[in-house]
Amino acid sequence: MEILVCVKRVPDTAENEFELNSDGNDLDRDDLVYSVNEWDNYAVEEAIQIVDNVGGSVTVITVGDDESEEVLRREMAMGANNGILLTDDDFEGSDGKGIATILKAEIEKGNYDLIMTGAQADEGAGQVGGMIAAMMDLPYASLVNKIETGDGKITVGREIEGGNQEMNEIELPCVVSIQTGINEPRYVGIRGIRKVASVEIPEKGASDIGVDAAAVGEAGAKTKRIDYFVPDLGDGAEMLEGSTEEIITALIEKLKAKGGL
Amino acid sequence: MTQIYAYITFANGVAEDVALEYPSAAKKIDEGATVTAVVTGSGADLDKVAGDLTATYAEVIKVDNADMAYPNAEVVRKALVNILPSDAIVLVPHNTFGMDLAPGLSVKMDSSYAADIVDFEGIDGTVLKMVRQELGGAVSTHVTTDISAGAVVTVRPGAFAPVEGAAAGGSVTDKSGDAGDLASKRKFLEVVEAEVGDVDITKSDVLVSIGRGIEDEDNIEVAEELAEAMGAVVSCSRPIVDAKWLEKSRQVGTSGQTVKPKVYMAMGISGSFQHMGGIKGNPYIVAVNKNPKAPIFQVADLGIVEDILDFMPELTEAINDL
Repeated sequence: MEILVCVKRVPDTAENEFELNSDGNDLDRDDLVYSVNEWDNYAVEEAIQIVDNVGGSVTVITVGDDESEEVLRREMAMGANNGILLTDDDFEGSDGKGIATILKAEIEKGNYDLIMTGAQADEGAGQVGGMIAAMMDLPYASLVNKIETGDGKITVGREIEGGNQEMNEIELPCVVSIQTGINEPRYVGIRGIRKVASVEIPEKGASDIGVDAAAVGEAGAKTKRIDYFVPDLGDGAEMLEGSTEEIITALIEKLKAKGGL
Repeated sequence: MTQIYAYITFANGVAEDVALEYPSAAKKIDEGATVTAVVTGSGADLDKVAGDLTATYAEVIKVDNADMAYPNAEVVRKALVNILPSDAIVLVPHNTFGMDLAPGLSVKMDSSYAADIVDFEGIDGTVLKMVRQELGGAVSTHVTTDISAGAVVTVRPGAFAPVEGAAAGGSVTDKSGDAGDLASKRKFLEVVEAEVGDVDITKSDVLVSIGRGIEDEDNIEVAEELAEAMGAVVSCSRPIVDAKWLEKSRQVGTSGQTVKPKVYMAMGISGSFQHMGGIKGNPYIVAVNKNPKAPIFQVADLGIVEDILDFMPELTEAINDL
């Protein structure tokens, strides 16, 4: 099975405390730690396991700048066979549809049976996979937490409300978005990264993949982020301060009053 | 006047809560907007929901087709594309069904798309201004979208105040005949119910709930000792289950269990909306997190900035000494 996994370089929510810049309209990005979108690691792991079972290859692709190459290399260190970096100044400022349009242009040049994305990324929209599928008239399933391969089709479980799982049969080729927990992504060590350090990763721009630059990027975006802000949500929590001992004494009194002890 | 179409999901003949939240959302889009409810499905359940919705909506469109007896997003999308005006503003719940449906719907309707909206700030010309969150709720953003060719917008369940006691006296329009060809390359098979775990976290008055801050599987013992001292049980957020450190039945959240404790101890939990969505009944929430900017502090009643791995053992000891 030929599998393509769309991945993204994102600010790492586990490693950063997010602050606004001095103008208050963007994140302070100077010291941000970036990594592969967490959901994408599960997608790449799933793709590798499928190929281990039924043969084929795994290609990882991203839309981004030069620095995004590092996430492709990391996923190749996990075991993905090929990487493709879609990069062009004209891609900057793309909305979800812009990203889907760019990815679709390259996907159509390949011969993929299964296209995967993470269920969502840093922006939390969970939109690109469903858009690619609709643009290419391929069937789609989101929030997939189980895949069984079959002949010309796959059976997928979708994680739905209440911890239940919705089983579907989907014809190939298709697009799925992968939910965390579907597998246990393998660890990638320094040695693994080194092994793929010199593998060539092709870079392609708008003209290479035949995308109209005016239809993507800032120019083509119908949905735009205006600013970042920290909402004023009223009082928030009453914060207990002082020494740990003082905090514990106060907390125990609160817990007694509220039925916690 | 803005015309809005609100797609409503339902289960067992009962509309989901978002049905009462859309009217508030629509008012924030445009005070004078008219909102038409849209429901798809099959048979008696659909008829009941459509009838119920006439209390809240002046017009309810129903689409009845055996292929939609279970809401397969691929099939529903095809029906909606055939039924809705191409420049419609369509609201869809940002739940597991909406996430399946809405991105593709916006492509097929050739309209703009905005996901997981928590607030609307009105329309200026052809531009709709909205609020959403990024990075797991750590920051909010204003976004705009051009609605001149229509828009599909997913709305976060619970983000808008439900309307109460509405008496719209509406009517149901049957558009089943306009659904068109619903053939799909995706076939629904069955729903597999969640496994029942060793402990029923929904029955406990006090939960010691752990998140990423627990750092390592071996540290779960520390939470168990605190739970034992408090007469509580240990529950968790999603990353703990993803790491296979605790059973799925221990997970609190929209994709896990819905709990109604009296006291909820959020230990090293950041507080994503998916997690908070599983906590009902307005419990007293104590949050302990070493990150003072963790979103959990915005929704908790009591906040403590400490490392749970140091704090929990000390708290356990103090409680045991009482």
